[in-house]
Amino acid sequence: MSDSPRPLTGAPPLGERLIEAALAGCAAISLLTSAAIVLVLAQETFAFFHAVPITSFLFDTEWTPLFERARFGIWPLVCGTALTSAVALLVAGPLGVLAAIYLAEFATPRARDRLKPMIEVLAGIPTLVYGYFALRVVTPCLALVIPDLQGFNALSAGLVMGLMILPTVCSLGEDALHAVPQTLREGAVALGAGRLATLFLIVVPAARSGLLAALTLGLSRALGETMIVAIAAGQQAHLTLDPRSPVETMSAYIVQISLGDAAAGTVAYRTIFAVGAALFALTFATNALAQRWIAAARRVG
Amino acid sequence: MTAPRLHVHKLRAGFGGKEVLHDLELEIAAGTVTAIIGPSGCGKSTFIRTLNRMHELVGGAWVKGRVLLDEQDLYASDVDPVLLRRRVGMVFQKPNPFPSMSIRDNVVAGLRLTGTLSRGQTEAIAERALRQAALWDEVKDRLDDPGAALSGGQQQRLCIARALAVDPQVLLMDEPCSALDPIATARIEDLIHSLRGRYTIVLVTHSMQQAARVSERTAFLLRGELVEVDDTRKIFTKPNDRRTEDYITGRFG
Repeated sequence: MSDSPRPLTGAPPLGERLIEAALAGCAAISLLTSAAIVLVLAQETFAFFHAVPITSFLFDTEWTPLFERARFGIWPLVCGTALTSAVALLVAGPLGVLAAIYLAEFATPRARDRLKPMIEVLAGIPTLVYGYFALRVVTPCLALVIPDLQGFNALSAGLVMGLMILPTVCSLGEDALHAVPQTLREGAVALGAGRLATLFLIVVPAARSGLLAALTLGLSRALGETMIVAIAAGQQAHLTLDPRSPVETMSAYIVQISLGDAAAGTVAYRTIFAVGAALFALTFATNALAQRWIAAARRVG
Repeated sequence: MTAPRLHVHKLRAGFGGKEVLHDLELEIAAGTVTAIIGPSGCGKSTFIRTLNRMHELVGGAWVKGRVLLDEQDLYASDVDPVLLRRRVGMVFQKPNPFPSMSIRDNVVAGLRLTGTLSRGQTEAIAERALRQAALWDEVKDRLDDPGAALSGGQQQRLCIARALAVDPQVLLMDEPCSALDPIATARIEDLIHSLRGRYTIVLVTHSMQQAARVSERTAFLLRGELVEVDDTRKIFTKPNDRRTEDYITGRFG
């Protein structure tokens, strides 16, 4: 080796700097998009509340923005969203968690490798197909056992939406169970615990945060889901918790107006931004909750 | 002479096509501390895990030969490994308290997991086990704290308390101090001393000093073969086998 001094200073080559800038630009696009969405949403929502007092938005119990005597109470839409999402969660929660337990703890690796893609296929079906499945198959079938069921109803839309979010809950739930350290299982088994006791008293509690996060992420998908509810749940904003009757969700309302003939700049047109902002706040809060649980789950694991 | 508590006879074990343990022959008397020493990969952990049938939990694992607990073959077809593990407890390399449980719940976890905890017993059992594990004085005022909040050495004593709470006859310890500092290690060694007599202890250790300090009998394993087993003092002063001598004098391993 020659002993001549080699330089220790100097700028990185141009190519390296260009690539770095390009990568930063790609990352910035999604950030800018979110910022732009929030900005537009805020602007139009502000304009809406200029015309409609926020108190009637929050405290009125009717939502009839297109009627002669327009009323702007958000609760019928929130109710519709909450009702369909609750039904979806009642389906996807137990089914997804139990399927995750089966996949993580009981299935042989071969069975798991076959079953997991099959469950994930559910996530690839267009929601339009789900919507018509709910309307044309599930509703008529349910009508055989529930005589009072209406043609458009929250129940079948919620049930089918549950199927749609099932892969999310199952897949994230399995990850959570899989992340429980093997040493904990061994600790329980070494104490003379049987398989089910180990599973339900040790493994599931240790995966609790991750399982909750899986449920919450499924829920936030259900809250924002549009096609299924727009097709199968109806478009009548009722303040009701009866799953047999038609409801209108926040997302379905936005579709209804944006496909209709409300002129830009009118109050009716601006309602969709106000509803959009409310929906955004709802899913954002749900996601934030899930993130906190995921962080907690990491600390345990 | 009475029958040994554990009698290992022609024991062979392995994974798939690989044999890890070759024809082990060993007797362990009740109430004694037996150390298993040997270089990494010699099969110490595999051996200790055959004594409570934890070995077979790994895919592809197999066992041949016999292990007798009080003259009953652990591998007989009618033996339930779950019931066996209540008589042969185990402590692992890394402390593994249950993270979702308090200190108290960790101690009685074995009883709860096996459905044998009756109401009103919890406090008494927890105190007894924690006293046995020399942890009571340090945690008696905070039994509701999470077990994971304790220091590493305390966690390991908590795991020992947890194992003792189900009242086993044999306690297997798989390098219980390998994740601990010297002070915490000394406390565990004191604890092993105090448990001798009441429990039969099998201790896997990679520390020859530890084997010399706490055990009455020492077995030397090399490449899955039991080279020599004798009184600890004899192993460390006048071993019969040349390979034992080379190992304890630090010529390899």
